Amino acid sequence: MKNTGKGLVATGVALSVLLGAGLSAAAAKTQLTVYTALENEQLRPYKVAFEKANPDVEIVWVRDSTGVITARLLAEKSNPKADVIMGVAVTSLILFENEGMIEPYAVKGADALRPAFRDAKNPPAWIGMDAYMSAVCYNTVEGQKKNIPQPTSWADLLKPVYRGQVVMPNPASSGTGFLSVSGWLQSKGEAEGWKYMDGLHQNIAVYTHSGSAPCVQAARGEYVVGISFEYRASQEKTKGAPIEVILPSEGVGWDLEASAIHKGTKNLEAAKKLLDWTATKEANTLFNNYFGVVAYPGVSKEVPNYPKDAEAKMIKNDFAFSAKNREAILAEWTKRYDGKSAPKAK
Amino acid sequence: MTVLAEGGRRPGIDRDAWVMRAGVAGIALALFLAILLPLWSILSKSFEDRSGAFVGLANYVRFFATPSLADSILNSLFVAGMTTLLVVPLAFVYAYALTRTCVPGKKLLAGIALVPILSPSMLPAIALVYLFGNQGMIRGLLLGETIYGPIGIVMGQVFYCFPHAVLILTTALSLADARLYEAAQSLGTNRRRVFFTVTLPSAKYGLASASFVVFTLVMTDFGIPVVIGGRFNVLATDVYKQVMGQQNFQMGAVVAVILVIPALASFVVDRLVQRRQVALLGARSVPLIPQPQAGRDRAMLAFCAAVGFVILGILGTAIFASLVKLWPYNLSLGFANYIFDDYDADGWRSYWNSLKMAAATAIIGTAVVFTGAYLVEKGKGAGRQVVHLMAMVPLAVPGLVLGLAYVFFFNAPGNPLGFLYGTMALLVICTIAHFYTVAHLTATTALKQLDPEFEAVSASLQVPFWRTFLKVTVPVCLPAIINIAIYLFVNAMTTVSAVIFIYTAQTKLASVAIVNMNDSGAIAAAAAMAVVVTATSATVKLAETLVSGVLLRRTQRWRAR
Repeated sequence: MKNTGKGLVATGVALSVLLGAGLSAAAAKTQLTVYTALENEQLRPYKVAFEKANPDVEIVWVRDSTGVITARLLAEKSNPKADVIMGVAVTSLILFENEGMIEPYAVKGADALRPAFRDAKNPPAWIGMDAYMSAVCYNTVEGQKKNIPQPTSWADLLKPVYRGQVVMPNPASSGTGFLSVSGWLQSKGEAEGWKYMDGLHQNIAVYTHSGSAPCVQAARGEYVVGISFEYRASQEKTKGAPIEVILPSEGVGWDLEASAIHKGTKNLEAAKKLLDWTATKEANTLFNNYFGVVAYPGVSKEVPNYPKDAEAKMIKNDFAFSAKNREAILAEWTKRYDGKSAPKAK
Repeated sequence: MTVLAEGGRRPGIDRDAWVMRAGVAGIALALFLAILLPLWSILSKSFEDRSGAFVGLANYVRFFATPSLADSILNSLFVAGMTTLLVVPLAFVYAYALTRTCVPGKKLLAGIALVPILSPSMLPAIALVYLFGNQGMIRGLLLGETIYGPIGIVMGQVFYCFPHAVLILTTALSLADARLYEAAQSLGTNRRRVFFTVTLPSAKYGLASASFVVFTLVMTDFGIPVVIGGRFNVLATDVYKQVMGQQNFQMGAVVAVILVIPALASFVVDRLVQRRQVALLGARSVPLIPQPQAGRDRAMLAFCAAVGFVILGILGTAIFASLVKLWPYNLSLGFANYIFDDYDADGWRSYWNSLKMAAATAIIGTAVVFTGAYLVEKGKGAGRQVVHLMAMVPLAVPGLVLGLAYVFFFNAPGNPLGFLYGTMALLVICTIAHFYTVAHLTATTALKQLDPEFEAVSASLQVPFWRTFLKVTVPVCLPAIINIAIYLFVNAMTTVSAVIFIYTAQTKLASVAIVNMNDSGAIAAAAAMAVVVTATSATVKLAETLVSGVLLRRTQRWRAR
């Protein structure tokens, strides 16, 4: 046993030495550890462009879904590993800010960005990159087969024809789900918002745990209508799925992908460089390859299969409202809709 | 003579006892550091509020006031109970066929039974949707019921748990004393009675272990219910919601504590059953060689073939899923989904990381687990029960709780073990800890069937126990040891929930890539990576069968008469 114990430690030491050696090979550059929830396909282009502009810094990504990366950052709070948090929902960043995990920094060139995409405080805690919003995916093939019309508004989804054909993310599991719920509560007012969800609940087939799943399921004909977010929707359509991407006429809830510096980083200068870069027109042009609405005004190239009029459909959004009332909203939502009881067939 | 022997034996015994006690203490310390302390670092949060202040049982009070809680508990117990009731009898008959009958193609059948354990849990989830989803190929078999709910969860769990149970029960049934059966035969006892009075009681410990393992696996797994559970809430998805959805570690810890309760209960049962278990394989035992019985063997073959068909059908569906261009609208086939660089920033690199991690886990883990189990079974000292109890804990802990526990513990400022954080070594340690229980139970089941006389004889011959261990115990238990190594390897290839919190940019794993790709809608690519992982583990298993065939012929020759 003693030997195996030693073996374990020895292996551990050997492995860490190996890893260390791998790291020091590129030691001339500052290694910037960036925790992110950006989509996989965005990582390489962003990294290449940033490193080209800043040859002395190298980005090391740690990428996972918003839920995992947020949980991980909070768990590592007492001994942080991240230098920068980039491309994470601003609602998560506000959570980190309240936990004292953010190093405020006034990004160079932030003044040029749309006001809604920067933190109003001085000095600001975070800087926005692009907006993402609730969207509805409608499967045209299955819709035709089942004679279910394409919805154009949130109100449409209350019609009996959609019973058992709508999927949405469980807001208690998924930030995307919460985006929709908070959007309804803000745009319709609380009383009307809950009334709307009561009605919608009657038509929901499944609340999924993943925010992407409803649109992916609609794309694959599992269900006719999926409430998800616009990026995933346009991606699925680009892949060839027979879906229409709809931003309902009443307006949609949205959130920002934003970045912030982690308090206590040993690479503060490099971290500032990355945040400054996210505010450049060049960077925003890259973001605009995937998202229709980005922080830099005037950067608005058309994204393939991306819904039109996205900017006009974005509701007046109060991030503070979402952050402050999140726990209470989720408790109420869970009480009303979560659990085994399927809606009573009427 | 007598005096000499007495005088000569004492130092040997003292030395043996001392080394054994040190060994037990060592393994206890290792488990304490790798399991208990990390767990405490998260479970203690169930008594704290978000700011870290002590609040007593307030979180528990709040949790029990949640209206959906009763549903979650009942649902968890229902799917776990249902799965156990389905899996254990199926696995018992299958293991019986493999060990006590003369069905042809035993190696192949044993291999097929392992397929589910070789597969990432995303594989059955994806396959079940392709088969029984609303666009599924054979959805008619569900008679209008939906796969997104308890039916899907139980189907997925039965598939996933089957090999765990077969592994334990094969070990339990493979060692038998032919003298008992000969005695029964010469007394004219009928086969039915022999089965109920000899076979079943001798496998009692294995049956209890298998039930315990399956029940707890289902209770703690969130991979399957999260993907296919629909609106059917279970406790494990409650943990997921609290931790991943709301970053509420405190409430997550409360649910985790509640999940540990059934495991503790099973531990008590386990001890009670074990107290009555006697050694099955004495030094004078004669191994049982199954005799052909045409009718029984045919029936058993039919049964095994049916089970095998279902398992391979699910695997086949996943392979199909990985080749289809755009399910269900463009069914043209191709290998585009295997070009992982198109779907994941790390491409194939995460696969090589997984391979390294799994190899290290298998080698180091097997040595630690088997030595530990040996010391618990054959050693001396009060620490043994403590080690056994600690070895039971990981099974009861949901992987994501263990993963977070590792972050809290190993990343705490001032922890002297902090240098491990962010290394491949920590992934290895975490994975060994995560799968410790079943490996430990397998080793214990094998060791329990060895007569303590071996140790007594070697002690009286003044042979140090570690020589007996290396020269007798290890060779005799080689089949179990190989099983443990394979078990650790394949689980390390597929594990997600714990490692998702502690991998780094340099150590991303294939299993994590599968979850990420599936989540971003690249389901076919996720299926493709799952197929690659399954094929890898299957190749390792196949290579092992070929190599160990030679080894076993040498080390197991004693079993033949």
